[in-house]
Order: sequence, then C-alpha cells, then structure tokens
Amino acid sequence: MKRFVYINDDESSQELYCDNRISNRKYTVLNFLPKNLWEQFSRFMNQYFLLIACLQLWSLITPVNPASTWGPLIFIFAVSASKEAWDDYNRYLSDKKANEKHIWVVRQGIRKHIQAQDIHVGNIVWLRENDEVPCDLVLIGTSDTQGLCYVETAALDGETDLKTRVIPSACMGMDFELLHKIKGVIECPNPDKDIRRFDANLRLFPPFIDNDLCPLTIKNTLLQSCYLRNTEWACGVAVYTGNETKLGMSRGIPEPKLTAMDAMIDKLTGAIFVFQIVVVMVLGIAGNVWKDTEARKQWYVLYPIEGPWYELLVIPLRFELLCSIMIPISIKVSLDLVKSLYAKFIDWDSEMIDQDTGIPSHATNTAISEDLGQVEYILTDKTGTLTENRMIFRRCCISGIFYGNESGDALKDVKLLNAVAGSSPDVVRFLTVMAICNTVIPIKSKTGAILYKAQSQDEDALVNAAARLHMVYVNKNANILEIRFNGSVIQYEVLETLEFTSDRKRMSVVVKDCQNGKIVLLSKGADEAILPYAYAGQQTRALVEAVEQYAQLGLRTLCLAWRELKEDEYQEWSLMFKEASSTLVDREWRIAEVCQRLEHDFEVLGVTAIEDRLQDGVPETIETLRKAGINFWMLTGDKQNTAIQIALSCNFISPEPKGQLLLIDGKTEGEVCRSLERVLLTMRITSSEPKDVAFVVDGWALEIALKHYRKAFTELAILSRTAICCRVTPSQKAQLVELLKSCDYRTLAIGDGGNDVRMIQQADIGVGISGREGLQAARAADYSIGKFRFLKRLILVHGRYSYNRTAFLSQYSFYKSLVICFIQIFFSFISGVSGTSLFNSVSLMAYNVFYTSVPVLVSVLDKDLSEGTVMQHPQILVYCQAGRLLNPSTFAGWFGRSLFHAIVVFVITIHAYAFEKSEMEELSMVALSGCIWLQAFVVALETNSFTILQHLAIWGNLVAFYVINWVFSAIPSSGMYTIMFRLCRQPSYWITMFLIVAAGMGPVLALKYFRYTYRPSKINALQQAERMGGPILSLGNIEPQPRLMEKEVSPLSITQPKNRNPVYEPLLSDSPNSTRRSFGSGAPFDFFQSQSRLSSSYSRNCKDN
Amino acid sequence: MEMDTNGATTSSAAGGGSTSTSDSSSAAKKNSKKPKYSRFTQQELPACKPILTPGLVITTFTIIGIIFIPIGLVSLSASEHVVEIVDRYDEGCVPSNYSNDKLAYIQSSRTNKSCTRTLSVPKLMKGPVFIYYQLDNFYQNHRRYVKSRSDKQLRSKAYESETKNCDPEGISPDGPIVPCGLIAWSLFNDTYGFSVKSKMLEVNKKNIAWDSDKENKFGSDVYPKNFQIGGLIGGATLNSSIPLSEQEDLIVWMRTAALPTFRKLYGRIEEDLQANEQITVVIQNNYNTYSFGGKKKLVLSTTSWIGGKNDFLGVAYITVGGLCLFLAVSFILLYVIKPRPLGDPSYLSWNRSPAGNPT
Repeated sequence: MKRFVYINDDESSQELYCDNRISNRKYTVLNFLPKNLWEQFSRFMNQYFLLIACLQLWSLITPVNPASTWGPLIFIFAVSASKEAWDDYNRYLSDKKANEKHIWVVRQGIRKHIQAQDIHVGNIVWLRENDEVPCDLVLIGTSDTQGLCYVETAALDGETDLKTRVIPSACMGMDFELLHKIKGVIECPNPDKDIRRFDANLRLFPPFIDNDLCPLTIKNTLLQSCYLRNTEWACGVAVYTGNETKLGMSRGIPEPKLTAMDAMIDKLTGAIFVFQIVVVMVLGIAGNVWKDTEARKQWYVLYPIEGPWYELLVIPLRFELLCSIMIPISIKVSLDLVKSLYAKFIDWDSEMIDQDTGIPSHATNTAISEDLGQVEYILTDKTGTLTENRMIFRRCCISGIFYGNESGDALKDVKLLNAVAGSSPDVVRFLTVMAICNTVIPIKSKTGAILYKAQSQDEDALVNAAARLHMVYVNKNANILEIRFNGSVIQYEVLETLEFTSDRKRMSVVVKDCQNGKIVLLSKGADEAILPYAYAGQQTRALVEAVEQYAQLGLRTLCLAWRELKEDEYQEWSLMFKEASSTLVDREWRIAEVCQRLEHDFEVLGVTAIEDRLQDGVPETIETLRKAGINFWMLTGDKQNTAIQIALSCNFISPEPKGQLLLIDGKTEGEVCRSLERVLLTMRITSSEPKDVAFVVDGWALEIALKHYRKAFTELAILSRTAICCRVTPSQKAQLVELLKSCDYRTLAIGDGGNDVRMIQQADIGVGISGREGLQAARAADYSIGKFRFLKRLILVHGRYSYNRTAFLSQYSFYKSLVICFIQIFFSFISGVSGTSLFNSVSLMAYNVFYTSVPVLVSVLDKDLSEGTVMQHPQILVYCQAGRLLNPSTFAGWFGRSLFHAIVVFVITIHAYAFEKSEMEELSMVALSGCIWLQAFVVALETNSFTILQHLAIWGNLVAFYVINWVFSAIPSSGMYTIMFRLCRQPSYWITMFLIVAAGMGPVLALKYFRYTYRPSKINALQQAERMGGPILSLGNIEPQPRLMEKEVSPLSITQPKNRNPVYEPLLSDSPNSTRRSFGSGAPFDFFQSQSRLSSSYSRNCKDN
Repeated sequence: MEMDTNGATTSSAAGGGSTSTSDSSSAAKKNSKKPKYSRFTQQELPACKPILTPGLVITTFTIIGIIFIPIGLVSLSASEHVVEIVDRYDEGCVPSNYSNDKLAYIQSSRTNKSCTRTLSVPKLMKGPVFIYYQLDNFYQNHRRYVKSRSDKQLRSKAYESETKNCDPEGISPDGPIVPCGLIAWSLFNDTYGFSVKSKMLEVNKKNIAWDSDKENKFGSDVYPKNFQIGGLIGGATLNSSIPLSEQEDLIVWMRTAALPTFRKLYGRIEEDLQANEQITVVIQNNYNTYSFGGKKKLVLSTTSWIGGKNDFLGVAYITVGGLCLFLAVSFILLYVIKPRPLGDPSYLSWNRSPAGNPT
C-alpha cells in the first residue's frame, strides 16, 4: 500500500513504476477498429440495423439492393468512428506535446535536458518560473530563501489564486549544488486522486542532515499541470508519474447522460418495432397463404412443387426487410447533428457572455439540450451562485457594541473610527485578529500598494477591512508577520497555523508577539464553532444576538476570538501537533483532535458581518423560472437565518406576510420525526389553498430524515415547491438530487464551487457557474455559464427551442419513414403479398438519407415564439416540461398522418396511373414524387418561422429531387433510364402531383386551422398575439417593474420580530396555488390565479390598443 | 460591475491584481474565444412567421377550389373525348364444348385457337387508334416474377451467360436461354387481325416500344437462343433471326406492370374508324389465363393529352375542389357565427381573472 521513492537513484525505481508518458487515448492504431465497432454495436439500434443489413445480403429475400442499407449504415458508423478517431487523435497530439516537452532533470548528478516522458520516479526535476509541472513532485528546493514558492493550480482545481508551497523542513537551507546530490527516501501512499491530501514522510540519507522523519503534506508538493509563478526556480522529486499522478488518477469518463426525450424516442422506437413485428407476421402469414392458394395457379410464376425447408420463412423475412425502414436509420445522425448545433447556439449566444470576464457560456455536454426545457426542479447553491461571492465587510460587533448599524457600513461608522483612533484595546485586538488570523499573502506591487492574495473571499474581505481601519498587514517574511497600526510597526512570529476545515469550521493561528514574547492563539470561525468554547465567565448573549441579527440581514458572520497561551502549554501542545502532522493514517482526524486541545477557553472578541451581494438579476430570474413551473430548492452550507434571508431577498420564497415557512429540525430521531409529521400535515392541508409553502431543513435533521424517514421526506419533497436546506454537506446535496430523481423529476443542479461538484454530476443537468470559487464546478458541469441570470435564457430559450425542435424532428423522421413503409405494405396487397418493393434501391436510400433529411434539419432554426414572448410568458414552458410535444399521443397523430398520406399517395397513384400507364418504374416514381411533394408541404406547414435557409432547404430540396432524378434518368445503365424525363413531359404527372398535395394537405390544414383558431393551445394563442403585432410587442416596458418590487422588499430593517414561532413562520400568503403535477392529463395549468402584474399591464395595454 | 462601496475597492483591486499579473495570457485567450456576432449564430435571421389567420386559410381553400374544379372539368372532358372499345374475349373464345374445361382447351395443341369477334365503333375514332391487350389478375409485379430477368444479358451479347437472376428459366440443357427469365418466358402470344367490311385493316406494330428501350436496353446484337425449347412452353416463341432490339412485343412485355390489371400496347391502326363501323377481329387465343381465372380483353382506344380514357383525375379534381370550397364556406360561416379574435390574451388561462370571465 505504500510507495518508497528513492531520491536521485537512477536504477532502482525505473522498472517498478511507470515512466512519465501521459496517455489519455482511448484507442491505439491496432485496436481502434474492433474496439470502436464493439462500442457502437453495443447499442440496440445499431444491432438492429446490422441485422437488417446482414439479412439483405441474402438475395432471395432482399427487396432492394443491399447497398441501400449498407451505404447509410457504413456512413453512420464512419461518421461516429471518425469523430471518435479525431477526438482521440487530438488527445494523442496534446499528449505528445506534453510528453516531448523538454525538462531539466538531474541524471548522475548532472542536470540534463530530457523529454518529459523520460522522467522516472525519484528523479529530481528543475522548473523555472512559468513552467508547467510535468509530474507530481515533492518540493525540495526553491529560489526563495524561505523555501517558499507559488503555484497556480487552475488546471487542477480551477482556483485562480496563487497558492504557496513550502519545502519540507529537512531540506531547508540546502544550497544549489547540494540539491544535485541529495539522496533519501520518500514514503508515500500509492497513487490516488485526492488533490487535497498527500500524507507522506521524507527521510534524507547521510551525509545530509539525517534528522527524524520529516512529514510531508500537500503543501510540500507541486502537482502535475500546475504552473510555477513568482518564483525564479524550484526543484522537486518526482513521486507520481505519467497516468499515476493525482491529475491522471482523477481523470475519468463520466457516464453519458440520457435525456428524457431520448428515453421517449427509444420508447417510441420500441413501439414501432413491435408494430413492425406484428405487420411482418400478419403479412408473412398472408403471403404464405396466398402463395399456397393462388400463386400455385399462376403458372408464369413457376413455383416449384417442393420448396426448401426454409420456404415458410422467406416471405416473412422479406417483409421484415421491406418494413425495416419503419425505424429510420437517419434519425440518429440527424439527432446527433442538431444536438451539437443546439450546443453551438449556446456557445455562440452573445447574450450569455459574462460582460465582466468576457467568458461565453459553454455547453460541455452537447447531447442534453432538450432536457433543459424539461427541468422541473432546480437545486441551487447559494454562495457564489445566487450571490456574487464578492465579500464586503459591512458590520461588526466588538465587545457588545454594534458598529455600522446606522450607515450599513462599519468602515464609515464614526464611532468605530474614533475607537480605532483612540486605540481602544478591545478594538485593537479585534483588528489584529482580522488582519493576521488568516493565510493571506501580502504582495507589494511596484507602485507600493499592497495586494493581498487570499484563498478565501472572507479572509480577503477581513484583511482589506482591517487595512482600511489602519491595521495594515504589510509583509510576511517567512514566519514573521509585520503589521502597521496607526504608524507603528508590530511584528509577530507565526508559530503554527491550524488550518480551516469544513468539519472544524474555524481556523486559528498561534503567534508570538515579537515585542513582549507573549504567545497568543487567534481564532476565527462560525459562531457554533467559537461561542461554545468561550471561557466560563464570558457573557456571550450579546454576541449570540449579534450573530442572529446579522444572519437575519443575510450577512455572513464570523466570530473572532483570542487566548493567551502559556509558554509551556504551547510547547507541550506543539509536540503533539508535530506528531499528529506526521502520521500517515487518519492524519486529518488526528490533527483536528489535537487542535481541539488548544482551541478552548476563548475570549470572544466580537462578530464580523460580511455581505455577499446578490448577483444581478437573480430575483427576476427566480421569479420567471418559478412562473415557468420550475421548483427551486436551495442547498447551502450556510446558516439557516442567512439562507432564509437570501431566499427572501431573491424571490425564493415570496415576500412578507404570505404563505408559510415550515421548519424541520430536531437533534434526535424522535424530534425529527415529529417535526416532519407536523410539516407534512400542514403541507397536505395547505396544498389545496393558494399558499406558497416552503420547508426549511438543516443538515442534521436532513441526515436523520433521509436515513430513517425517507418515505415521509419524499412525500414532502413532492408536495413542496420550495425548500431550503441549510448546513448541508456536498454528499447530502447529491443525495437530495438523487431523491428527486428517484421521484422521476428532471433535476438541474447549479453551483459554483468544489462542494457542488457531486450534486452537479448527479443531476440530470449540471450547470456550473464559472465564478470566483474557481472553475471546478464549471468543469464538472454539462453547461457552464457566467452568471446565474443566464439560467433563465438557458432554460427558456435554448432548452425550450431545443425541445420543440427535437420533438418535431424526431416525430417527423418516423412519419416520413412510415409513409414510405405504408405504401410498400399497400403495394404488397396488389402484388400477390410476395414482398415486392415498389421503389428501387436508389430511391429508397436517397429518400431516407437525403430527400427527407435535409429539409427537416433546418428546423433547428425554427422558433415557434420569439424569445421575448417566451421570457414574458414563462408559463409556456409547461408544454416542454410535461412533454406535451413528444409523447405517445402526439406520436399517434403523426402515425395517423403518415397512414393518411400513404393512402392518399397510393390510391391516387394507382388510379391515375392505371391500365396502359401502369409501368412499374413510372408508377414508383410517381408515388415517390408524391411523397416528396407532401413532405415539402408538411415541413412547410409545421414550420413556424421561415428564414431564408428554411425556404432554401424546403423548396430547394424539391428542386434537388428532380435534378437528382434527371441525372439518374440520363444514365442508360440505371433502372430508371429516361423515366423522369418521360414523366415530366406528361401533363397528367403534374396534375397527379397537385392532386396528391391538395388531397393530402387539405385535411391537415383544415384540422390545424380549426384547432388553431377554436381550440388553441397556449402556444398558439401567444403566436397569434405576437404575430398580430398586438399588445405583446408593446409589453417590453414591463420588464423593469419587478425590479422595483424587489427594491421595496430587500431593505429589511433590523426591527424585525426577534422571537418568532420556531415552527411556523408566516412570511407570505397568496400567490401560487400549487396544484402541482396536475398538468399531466391535459388539465389547464393556471398556476397563477391571481392577476399577476404582468397580466394587469397586459390588459391595460390591450385597452390602449 | 457597479461596485461603489468603499470596502470593495481594495478587495477588487487585489483580485484584479492577481488576475492581471498571472493571467494576462489566458485572459487574452478567453477574449478571443468570445464568439463572433452573426445573425445565424444568434438565431436571429430575419424570418417570416406566417400564422393561420382565417383570411389566409379561407383564401387558400377558395383558390384551390376555384382552380381545381376547372382543371377537373377539363380533364374529365378530355377523358370523355377518348373513344374506347373494350372487348373481353377469354370467355367467348372458348368453344362451348370446352366451357367446363377451359384449361384443357388452352393447353391442348390440337384445338383450333382462332376465334372471331365483332366490335362496333360507337363514335368516330381518329387515327391513330391504339390497340391494347388487357390482362386482369395477372401479377407481373410478383416478386418471383419481376426479378426473373437479366438486364445485362438483354443489353449485350457479351453477357449472354449472365442468367443468375433468371431461375428457373435461366439455363437450358443446350446453354443459356436468351432472353432468360420468367418474364420473357411468359411472353403474351395472342394475336389479332382486324378487318372492316372484309377489308383488312393494317396494324402497325412498329414503334410500339419505348425508343430508349430499343436503343439502350435491348441489344441489336442479341439474338434469341434456346428460347422456349424446354419441356415447359410458356408463352410466345421468338424468331431467332431477329435481334432483341427489334422484338418490340417482347420489349413491351418486359416493361412489367405495377398493377395486376394492366394494358399493353399491341399495335396501332393508323386510319380513322368511322362511327357504327363493324370491325371483325380474328383472335388467335393462345395465352393461358384460365388456370388462374384471369381475364383477357382487347382494347381499341384513341388518346388525348391526358392519356387514355380515365375519369379518375377529373372526378378527383372536382371532388377535392368541391370539398375545398365547402371547407372555405364552412370556415366563413364559423367565422361569422362564432367570431374568435386571434391572439386574445384572455385565452391564456394564466391571464384569466379568478372570476373566470374573459374580457
């Protein structure tokens, strides 16, 4: 389980561990074909097509040339395979580039320039500033005298801040020459993918300073793909190489996500398959019966008296092949094509470019755009997602005195400024903790200004605020901190840093005042991690109140504390801490335990309140999406009060005295159970009333509820439109997503930080905000956007259009295949049920692959409603959510239409081309052109907006059909030589075409018009309103109105009732009467009975007109 | 970003500092990644968005009706102008003593197969008058039948032995059959002789096949060989001294029909036939349709721009046109009786007031 790395030992480890050749490739040249084919044939559709194609090789049963199936099949496979090959080739190229990069490595004591792929475990690698780290290294030397270096880990975890790395104490002070000759052993765990942990030990061999085991942590490493910054050079020992690095191990191919729409298409395909089997059996039996009774009499057919043993199978198999086109081979290609275009539209959308950073939105997963239109639940993170994650110090409470309450900004509070000027000891201590209890690195810029590099936004805010209050953190020189207060410089020596972990919820530093030698523990952390550890006599009531008050304002609070340590107490603890730091097993837990021994008996100095402002447009976005029938759950690690306040201010729960906020809490099973029962009861009662009910649950209660009362909690989840889950861990977030998914809801998870990654990966759709917490979430997500407000556009515009377009495209694909297939079936009844194909091979292939695929592809440009209309009437999304545009009943409509059109084409053709005109090739061409004409008009009728491209594709395709057939008709060896020319010269051909179009489209048009006018769907009504140039177009001016409302709501004063009933919090009433999930059976979806602002101004506008 | 608060300025400066120093290259990359604006990429191509307004739909139906009915009438009258004589002779040409066993009659080589029919011309038939034979219940489109031919063999002498699709009439003991296959083998072999007032009417059997077939599909160097010499005699025999490209009856027959009832051109009478003239037809009734209950008919027909006599298109046009007009009228009536303003927002249910009375 352990790996021993011998530093600078050229022989021993070469065979043991792999070299540094990176390979992200899936295939090699040799295994590409078999592996790729195997993967493709693992899909049912492909197996089906392969079976059909193989059957067609049997000339006795094939109705058409096998090429008509093999051609498209090979084409489809070639397209998929070349896409894979191209991706793999690109991966190979980038691997190659990385592998062949030249790196300085020590070999036999001499520095050599070698290719990155030749690095072995144990080699000493030298890097210069801005070099990329080629493999995982343990740092042993840097240009910095203090053994520090800075790395940018953006490629690894997405965080753009610089991180400090230090060389292990054992290597401290080693000079340049010595580093070439260093020998030793590093004991480290086997490769894993945890980029936050590296529990290892280093022991140097004589003649080097042979001290004890030196513990190594992640702070002593340089991980692959990081960049060395602000450091002239650094060198390290390679410990993990090639694909065994932390980055290499964490690489993985995520499970492909399947959209609800794909599942529905698969289901419909299955239904068609069953239908096909039935047809084949019926026709097969009929064919055999006809053969035995009639065909024996038809002397000219010359059936042998005794057939081979498989004779009975021949006719059914012929029909199987004839009907195989029912499942269109082109649908997969078409869908892949349009899906990647949907994704491109998202990438291209200029309205979804983050103006601050210039980063456009990006669809990483190109296959699931339709799902965006079917979202039912949005699970959102709070910090950085709803808020800007731009922390600003706003208020504080120092020893019971509130600062910043009047102005809303403590930095401008005269009282505080006076206290600072007067060096009030409490305030000074408070500011000292603010300034130095952190891991911030001050950097002097050339202009003399001090820049702070902080890993956490909170620390950044605190240090900057302290600086504004004249407590300036000037410099950090190794362990010596320098702060300047009111002109005097104070120095502290940092003895230990007790780092922040999400379990401990606090961080501390132990510093020694350089002037008087006093050792002090400075701590900051969440209230529940600090206040319980206050010394026995301290009055914490004021602090608790302050925390509560700030939380109600939606501010993030931190408690600052301090304790003077005795010299011997520190020394004793320090040994324990060192020991804990060098354990290999459970190090984190051991350290936490040791820290606990020091962090008690605090003197709590005060509370800071940091504001995290809401992002622009968050309330509007949430309101719009809630109107669209999407339910919001907020999952946050933050405090309950803060979460509720943020929820209030961003329309998450409707403002003031409406509705109910139900609280589930409790520390034990029994309490949680009772609370859950009570909430459920209330929920059941209120679900019939027009009330907005939300429940609030904290992580602890959630843990119990999910474990023991999963059923009740699931029911609650179904009943509730809104939920706030606070204090939840990343895995709980993922569990909640799982829970909603298990209830068959489409979930979208949106977040910005590493703690949201699991939820994002778990959800049907993961959206990452490329925010200030780094790109980790954005990388794991299916879509990455710059701001929360883009979600509105992503769902309402891109999701909805994608859904509509795919709904049309997929059903149309089945329709056109069915039309031609039904004609073949009808023809078999007049050809002795013998399985003759009416159409020749070329026509059949071209029909599926070309004539009918091209016009429908441009439906990706179709817009049923303009973007503005959708934004104003988000309720229209319900058509997508409930899957009203693609379901068995709409599909039945298309099925019926295909049957009708097949009858029209067939009947008209055989009657118009009867008797002396009934020549096979001509008749088949007439029927085919009839189909093509109908297709053109069907697409035209179903298109809502014609751009030039649509006209080109629809009518151009019709022209192309004739041109192509003229070409074929000009080739003497083709079966249809001269046919098309002959037909086009006949007036009766054109008359037949017009008859087919009129007879086929007339009823469809009449029906559509009737429904459009007298039974309009909401979409139709909006279309009419929009196109008539009516009131909707003048509605643009109502957009700003909701904002005004928000302004009135957000400035909540502090004079809120402090002691509220802990269970029922009447926050709001009225507004959505949530008769949720009632729309499945075509019920009207008036979620909003109340006259909304929108509709009132709507009717006002109507009157104006 | 509208940061106006004091606390934020330093912090944002700090943040900005860190990105500007280290990320300048990547920031430039990000900017270049920004997509170029175009109407296509923004899905904002100018579009025409027609909707089904009553006006549009009613006009469409009216126009279709108005156009279709005249076309229907013209087609119908064209079809009516075609004079057609249809005579079913398969029943009548069997002598009465064989009427219970027609099969034996037709299969016997000793029976007299000639048969005389008299047709009267109802109206003046302008020449050329087309002579067709019509077969009913004959499946030329049967899969086993329709595939049993070799186009290569027909086209060129070089491919004489290309008979693999022709089973079971591909190869005789003496070598490949030319033309091979069931279609050729079952060639129609009834013949007709016409006379008016005991004067023979000349039947022009030249140019009854498509020129393209004669020139490209049937080779002038391909001569019939081993044809109809086996034990089973199907239909007609071919003169083995005439190349296939000139065997026009064969060429016509080889253009298989898609329907079980079909007519094939037999020849043309180039002169006019006067009304009430009696035409005597001497038929050699050789072809066996009795075993499967098929009918044989002799058809004399003139032609028009629409083809032979076929009322279907005319009737269908008038019907469709009439239905369209009917629909147009009904929609107008509906519109008048139950007006329904388009785009009335009150029809959006979420805009309805709780009382439920749309304005």
